[in-house]
Amino acid sequence: MKKVSGSLKFLAAILLSLGVIGCASTPKGFLKPSEGYLEKRQLQIRQYDTTNEEQIISAVAGVLQDLSFTLDESETELGLVVASKKADATSKGQIAGAVFLDVLAAFGGSYSNNAARCDKSQVIKASVIVKPSLEGKKTMVRVTFQRIVWNMSNQISRVETITDPQIYQRFYDGLSKAIFLEAQQV
Amino acid sequence: MRKRIKYYNILVASFFIITLSGCATPAGKAFETNESQVKLRSIQTRAFDTTDKKKMMQTIISTMQDLDFVIDKADLTLGSVTGSKFLGQAVVTMTVTVRARGEKQLLVRANAQYGISSVEDPGTYQDFFTALEKSIFLTAQQVD
Repeated sequence: MKKVSGSLKFLAAILLSLGVIGCASTPKGFLKPSEGYLEKRQLQIRQYDTTNEEQIISAVAGVLQDLSFTLDESETELGLVVASKKADATSKGQIAGAVFLDVLAAFGGSYSNNAARCDKSQVIKASVIVKPSLEGKKTMVRVTFQRIVWNMSNQISRVETITDPQIYQRFYDGLSKAIFLEAQQV
Repeated sequence: MRKRIKYYNILVASFFIITLSGCATPAGKAFETNESQVKLRSIQTRAFDTTDKKKMMQTIISTMQDLDFVIDKADLTLGSVTGSKFLGQAVVTMTVTVRARGEKQLLVRANAQYGISSVEDPGTYQDFFTALEKSIFLTAQQVD
């Protein structure tokens, strides 16, 4: 009888915790600028010595296509281009680790399925804004990237803003080339 | 001992009722708000002394980007900007609209959603308008 009441208590605890999690409240202060936002600007913004916004925005669309993104949305009057791309997210190291843990668990006599939680695919979203700089003599480009990662059982495992400087650098290297190529009408 | 089992059964049943009914969401619930329509508008809206809609929208976009939002959609004619940001595992989406108020002012309204709940906290919106004020060098005026 003791066992029965123990498991009932356990069940009750689970139900209670489910109820509490289900109604989680909204945190405050998430619309305040974070401390490092000026550094982020440096990472995300480049300026070009031209007032021809149209040229820059078509170069942006071009470089996104070069990186095999597809355009989702654009509003040229505000200089906005939104594009996305699906990509592979598997990493051999992660899968090897998960399989090793699963095998260990199997030897220990229990079942675990870490392999199903490995990253499988991802969608990368790029949002680009082209606008005149404050003094009006240059054109400013600001790009931001987000990604959503799915695991092997097709659940969303992670959502994040990409902060890797290399990715931004690659985009802007491509953009400089695209501006040059389009000026040469290639 | 029998009585005890019965007692536990009732306990478990009541837990089910509490956990399931506490977060029940019939379709009508999607239109429910905690605040009145008028109060919600005053929390989410500010007036600015400018008529330059395009510049206002560009400033809103850069303010949202400073706040880690990625811009999903924008429309100059309608005056709307929509963006999203990730906060841990939750997604915050926000729409900001700009429209003329009289001949000398613009009305800016922000509308945020955190996960599956709409944000109705005045302080959160005040944070956004404070950040916007700083970028546009104009004072955000409370609208009655």
